[in-house]
Amino acid sequence: MNKARVRQKLSPYGYLAPTIILMVVFLVVPICMVISYSFLNNAVVVKESVFVGLDNYKKILADSEFQGAIKHTFIFVIVSVVAHICLGMGFALMLNSDCFRTRTKSIFRVIYILPWIFTASVIALLWKLILQPGGIADYLLQFLPGVNKNFSWLSEGNIVLGVLTFVNIWCGYPFYMISILAGLQGISGDLYESAAIDGATGLKSFIYITIPQLRSVLLSIGLLDIIWTIQSFNIIWMLTGGGPLNKTETLSVYIYKLAFNSSQYGLASTAAVFALIACIILAIFYVKLQRKASD
Amino acid sequence: MVGSHKKLKKVIVSVLLIIGAIFAGFPVLWMLACSFKTTAKIFSWPPKLFDESFNFQSYVKVLTDPQKMRFFLNSYIVVGCVVVFTLIIGIFAAYAFSRFKFPGKGLLNSLIISVQAIPPIVLLIPYLSMIVAMKLFNTYYALILTYTITTLPYCILMMTGYFNSLSKELDEAVMIDGGSRMRALWQVLVPISIPGMVSVGMYTFMNAWNEYLFALVLTKTTEMRTVPIGINLLMGQHVWDWSQMMAMSVVGSVPVLVLFLFFQKYFIAGMSSGGVKG
Repeated sequence: MNKARVRQKLSPYGYLAPTIILMVVFLVVPICMVISYSFLNNAVVVKESVFVGLDNYKKILADSEFQGAIKHTFIFVIVSVVAHICLGMGFALMLNSDCFRTRTKSIFRVIYILPWIFTASVIALLWKLILQPGGIADYLLQFLPGVNKNFSWLSEGNIVLGVLTFVNIWCGYPFYMISILAGLQGISGDLYESAAIDGATGLKSFIYITIPQLRSVLLSIGLLDIIWTIQSFNIIWMLTGGGPLNKTETLSVYIYKLAFNSSQYGLASTAAVFALIACIILAIFYVKLQRKASD
Repeated sequence: MVGSHKKLKKVIVSVLLIIGAIFAGFPVLWMLACSFKTTAKIFSWPPKLFDESFNFQSYVKVLTDPQKMRFFLNSYIVVGCVVVFTLIIGIFAAYAFSRFKFPGKGLLNSLIISVQAIPPIVLLIPYLSMIVAMKLFNTYYALILTYTITTLPYCILMMTGYFNSLSKELDEAVMIDGGSRMRALWQVLVPISIPGMVSVGMYTFMNAWNEYLFALVLTKTTEMRTVPIGINLLMGQHVWDWSQMMAMSVVGSVPVLVLFLFFQKYFIAGMSSGGVKG
């Protein structure tokens, strides 16, 4: 009798055992390793690396390349996320409008999702081709009056971060569009009808009905997007590798170069701890938001 | 008056819709067009979408190159295993979350949501030394293992949601007849959860197929590289044979594109429920 009850109590852990084991071995342990590396001199490379306290942290914080990486990441994230929301909202509203037949809308929906389907290396290659000197971007630019076409898209220091942000905007907005579209379809038509009776249409109904109704969707995808964009590495790495002169180096690229190009695992781990803390703080907000939504 | 107002709105929205479609679709169309041209013609001035050099040479070259086909084989093996393992482990965990109350449930659930926020680059530093220590460096196992870890949380959350939507009476009926919980799970719940599993499986497939960073660091030889790395390697290898690079990109995108077109409904359902990495 007692035995059966113990079994009953333990059985959920049995089902969870593979997950818990994997999470402990490949998430908890590695994170502890990264944190411990950040206090060591020559971690990984030398067997007998010494504890150096906060030395790595002091070095990292004083490194102008790190400060640059933080700044670039910040710009990249803010511009990307704002543009994602605007484009996603705009496209979702158009696809949800009653101007077109369902058939037309579903064709456009497929086209609009397209950029999201491709893997980062295809996106990088594709935009590299478009932005090549003498490529199609240069061709289109000559139709703009008053633009002095005397630069190369991916090596002109002042614009290249903007170019990368643009590419990131291009391939990231569909996620918003789909989530917002699902949210829009969940808003009851009655709300708009009663608002119309009160004389609120167009912009007014958008501000007073659509936005508040979508609030939780927008907040949670916005948070997720901030987390993902902070981590973004692939497209930047393949298009510029952080160059020219580190002008497009973001946090992930900075960490990658320190760890895997110059084998400074201690310093790389220190920078990684900063990225981890930022993402965990955001994740806590996200979890709270999800909890609130499910209550 | 009202009629003309509506017409004007329709015209404006149509124009915006088409501009949007050009923004989203033109780069993809350009990739497709260039894969059918010779490289010399790609940079002809003024550029043309299709011209007289239209041919399938680049596709023939890509599809008959054993090295490039190896990238595909590697990707299919890795991704196939990841999808199967993620679904099996995820279904067990989701069952526990959906059907039991146990101490630590809330905490574990929050942890599973939040581990999705851990930057891959943070994990990669210790993973490299762990994988080397486990003698798995430059093997399929290294990728299968690490990809399963990263795709598992989403699978657990989605499947928990799916199981929660199924009545508990279903599995209770099996147990009253003397069946075990295992039987209730695999013979009753899983078969009716196929739509949810398709949705999760597709996401797992897509994330694993597109993964770049782990594959870059945890494999080394050309024989072990996956499609995303393979495409990236072309840049150095072919000294800007753009036609062939675009053909390889198209071929490399086909598996995900086909999944997307055939299972759009599931795809969009999964995407709008959030927590998916793109």
